[in-house]
Amino acid sequence: MSTSETEYLENVANQEYEHGWRTDIESETLPEGLDENIVRYISERKDEPEWLLEWRLKAFRYFERQVEEGNYPDWAHLDYERPDFQDMRYFSAPKEKASYDSLDEVPDEILETFERLGIPLEEQKALTGVAVDAVMDSVSVATTFKKKLKEKGVIFMSFGEAAREHPEIVKKYLGRVVPYTDNLFAALNSAVFSDGSFVYVPEGVTCPMELSTYFRINDQNTGQFERTLIIAEPDSYVSYLEGCTAPMNQKHQLHAAVVELIAHEDAEIKYSTIQNWYPGTKDGEGGVYNLVTKRGICEGDRSKISWTQLETGSAVTQKYPSVILKGDESVGEFYSVAFTKGHQQADTGTKMHHIGKNTKSTIISKGISAGVSNNSYRGLVKVGKNAENARNFSQCDSLLLGDQCGAHTFPYIEIGNPSAKVEHEATTSKVGEDQMFYCHQRGLGEEEALKLIVNGFCQEILAELPMEFAVEAKELLAIELEGSVG
Amino acid sequence: MALLEVENLHVSVEDEDIEILKGVDLTINEGEVHAIMGPNGSGKSTLAAVLAGREEYVVTEGSIRYKGEDLLELEVEERAEEGVFLAFQYPVELPGVSMTNFLREAVNSVREARGEEELGAADFLKLVRERAKLVDLDPDLVKRSVNQGFSGGEKKRNEIFQLAMLEPTLAVLDETDSGLDIDALRTVSDGVNKLRSDERAFLLITHYQRLLDYIEPDYVHVMVNGRIAESGDKDLAIRLEEEGYERFQREPAAA
Ligand SMILES: Nc1ncnc2c1ncn2[C@@H]1O[C@H](COP(=O)(O)OP(=O)(O)OP(=O)(O)O)[C@@H](O)[C@H]1O
Ligand SMILES: [Mg+2]
Repeated sequence: MSTSETEYLENVANQEYEHGWRTDIESETLPEGLDENIVRYISERKDEPEWLLEWRLKAFRYFERQVEEGNYPDWAHLDYERPDFQDMRYFSAPKEKASYDSLDEVPDEILETFERLGIPLEEQKALTGVAVDAVMDSVSVATTFKKKLKEKGVIFMSFGEAAREHPEIVKKYLGRVVPYTDNLFAALNSAVFSDGSFVYVPEGVTCPMELSTYFRINDQNTGQFERTLIIAEPDSYVSYLEGCTAPMNQKHQLHAAVVELIAHEDAEIKYSTIQNWYPGTKDGEGGVYNLVTKRGICEGDRSKISWTQLETGSAVTQKYPSVILKGDESVGEFYSVAFTKGHQQADTGTKMHHIGKNTKSTIISKGISAGVSNNSYRGLVKVGKNAENARNFSQCDSLLLGDQCGAHTFPYIEIGNPSAKVEHEATTSKVGEDQMFYCHQRGLGEEEALKLIVNGFCQEILAELPMEFAVEAKELLAIELEGSVG
Repeated sequence: MALLEVENLHVSVEDEDIEILKGVDLTINEGEVHAIMGPNGSGKSTLAAVLAGREEYVVTEGSIRYKGEDLLELEVEERAEEGVFLAFQYPVELPGVSMTNFLREAVNSVREARGEEELGAADFLKLVRERAKLVDLDPDLVKRSVNQGFSGGEKKRNEIFQLAMLEPTLAVLDETDSGLDIDALRTVSDGVNKLRSDERAFLLITHYQRLLDYIEPDYVHVMVNGRIAESGDKDLAIRLEEEGYERFQREPAAA
């Protein structure tokens, strides 16, 4: 590799995080530590119904047992110190209010925070055609375009609100796809989740706009535990996107979210993520531990769930957005770009569980690694014994920028029905000297050439993002790659 | 005026101890067309790569002046901006990178270096259509990823199309004629002929005299074993076609 390219890649690997500032706002924060009282306090602050508190407490007891028994999910290709659950805080809310009924109540500092992140919350300024909810620390700040959505019968609100206003739906589906017994972090989330988003699309309705939630950790040493629940009734369609950022913090911060999707007959849910949590310093200090459980169920026949993710942030990422293909002819998709640099580590992929007949799944994963980072794909394709004619296609490509980083692929296949057709392709490539030379010969500098090549590598995935966010995603990738050429 | 002056050029491979070019002398004036022929492995592509600035080749002796300046001082992309263009013997595939994006970046960086304004989207597309027509390139190819899945001939044609887009001062064509069918050879040659001008010089590397029937060179050079063994006019190519390279190889290398 040429020296200027090496220098450039070093710059890429050392790139500073640009959302690392913190908003100065007085907040009411619980002391560090976790016990039953904390769980009760959170539930009370959120005015929750009794059944929900009971559910949280059950989850909490399950969590405690997992910790006692040492059931930590440490089988991934990740190397980090386990978070100390007694050394972090579980709730933080702006002083004067734990929830807001309208934008007018939201303090200016918070509005400015999101404005600065490029997420204007005032409706007239909001991205056209996108309804936005914003969650800062433990509290949902504002949901825009509520009225317009209401006309169609679409419910889009913070999880806290939904638990109060639509308890029958929340109660019916909460924990259906990801029970609190799923894993230690799912149990923890179920016990202490603070807020998140709730979406309900009634039968026959195509949601008239993109829905999107921005999650922002602001407070120091506070974990973020949001919970998202999306229900698509028969023959409905919704596209939802989440974005995430956090300030720089010397200590590691834990983000343990749970996302559950339910698609009924002929319904389609498209779920996109642009994850840009604080990745830590270039020496590997601080950064968010992003340990997330995401799963959807294609409950009805011909339903479809599609996960698209662009993962660029966090010190450690462990997540496998999955689909249970229960309905006949249902479709599951997973499109992922995971970019790691510096000391970042990612172990991400998916699980496609074929149960119904003629079910189909597609997995396309692109891992890009720079610096001394470590990037793994881990995926399971499971075909049940009654899943006649199940089809899967998986493709996992890794691109290495530099020679100190690692890329790994762990594909698992379990086939219980002989009619299944499962295909797996994997490639690993380095940005070729030939490719760089070709670009330079046409007048492109290091940065331009690398951007083109990396964008080209991710093209298939970026094309899956909703149009409104494709530009944002490309810019994020560009910022990740930016650096002054030496 | 001399556009390119190569003097006593000695080139080795970076890590290994092999000398590939062993004292090449070559002068190309503005507007001239030079052809280099020679047996496989004699160093033709190496010369082209050194002109373009490929780093694995190290110049151990001699000099290259381009427009009166030391070419070896310039980075690869700076040479491109100064008007050095290499049509690759083996064009490289860039998966997922659209031809349009790639070309627009390329055209604009070269234009910027010349102090010209960036081309707007409409003007750019107009230029693409016009130049694609010049080399008879299927316009659908421009919508695909750079060289990905292109046939051998399409890749070669695409190189000449890029040449036409970037309007270089010195165009080096490394075996662009290999792999082209007879009709393609004719259209590509016509394209090159239309691009000939008083300011633009060409260096054609080829194994076939036939190309020189279409693109008439001012000079023909024979490269053997890392040196220019003989130079002449286009008749030299005809003689080579008849006699082969044997007589050069038998001669002991001149000191
Ligand atoms: N990177 C390299 N490492 C080692 N040897 C090299 C390298 N590049 C070129 N060579 C050697 O240098 C010699 C000249 O190669 P070059 O490609 O310039 O020949 P050429 O004249 O273009 O041949 P052809 O007509 O077959 O295209 C060959 O023997 C080749 O093997
Ligand atoms: Mg050659």
